[in-house]
Amino acid sequence: MPDGNPPDQIEAAVRAVLGSLSGDLTVTEAALLGELEALGREVKRAKSEIAALSVEDINESHIPAATDELDAVVEHTATATNEILDACETLESLQSKLDEGSAQALGNAVTRIYEACSFQDITGQRIAKVVSALKAIEARVAAVTGSFGSLPASVGKRPNATEGEQLANGPQLPTAASSQADIDKLLASFD
Amino acid sequence: MDKNLNVLIVDDYKTMLRIIRNLLKQLEFDNVEEASDGQEALSKLRTGNFGLVISDWNMAPMTGLDLLKEVRADARLKDTPFIMITAESKTENVVAAKQAGVSNYIVKPFNAETLRGKIEKVLGHA
Repeated sequence: MPDGNPPDQIEAAVRAVLGSLSGDLTVTEAALLGELEALGREVKRAKSEIAALSVEDINESHIPAATDELDAVVEHTATATNEILDACETLESLQSKLDEGSAQALGNAVTRIYEACSFQDITGQRIAKVVSALKAIEARVAAVTGSFGSLPASVGKRPNATEGEQLANGPQLPTAASSQADIDKLLASFD
Repeated sequence: MDKNLNVLIVDDYKTMLRIIRNLLKQLEFDNVEEASDGQEALSKLRTGNFGLVISDWNMAPMTGLDLLKEVRADARLKDTPFIMITAESKTENVVAAKQAGVSNYIVKPFNAETLRGKIEKVLGHA
């Protein structure tokens, strides 16, 4: 199969060298050629394994489908949050018609709903991080399967990013996040 | 504390702008304007008259930290109280914001009481 693939080239090279050295091989040369041959077989095996995995499916359907699903999640949460906020604003407008105690209780409940609605922002930022991780995987897969031939120069932060961009990491996982109390303490340490 | 002052709220999430606007309304701040990134905020600040900025960090094309630096470098705007409300909770973020001259820093998710407390603190010192 002289199609110029690396394993075939290695095999051909090994055969050529073996042919030219007929009878004169030292032990070291023979060992080296044996290693080369093994390497060629290894590359061939890896290649057919990658082909069997159908990695192109990852970029052609799995990753685009996953990112579309995640975009739809963000859209749905935004729509639902706006509905909830509409309802809250309606409830607040009724406060003036209630007695003081009820108006206060309603106001407190609505405030808690407003606070909880920030989930849309936080989950949206977390999903955006997952989408960019998927895009990085997509680029790597494309590079491995040869669509681009070589790895993209950088899938990370732009080198000329501002400090604000470099430090824009999105929400931390709960175990790694600082609390408001931690932050207050840190700010106070500057005074 | 002057509750008639103009407040500029900056966030790329429309729902978050709406939440903050409603919480400010409960605190009787009714003069609230919105911007969806640092650049839009800066042009509103330069043409308007704002007594308080409440900004997110992670926005494009201009982040909240870059907006803060622009504000502090602008002769007319430099003393404007500036509160960052962000999910960025790493120490390095808080330190960078403090060094850039942030007035206070609130981590998301936050509650109405924290917002009220920080606004009072910041405007009390203004």
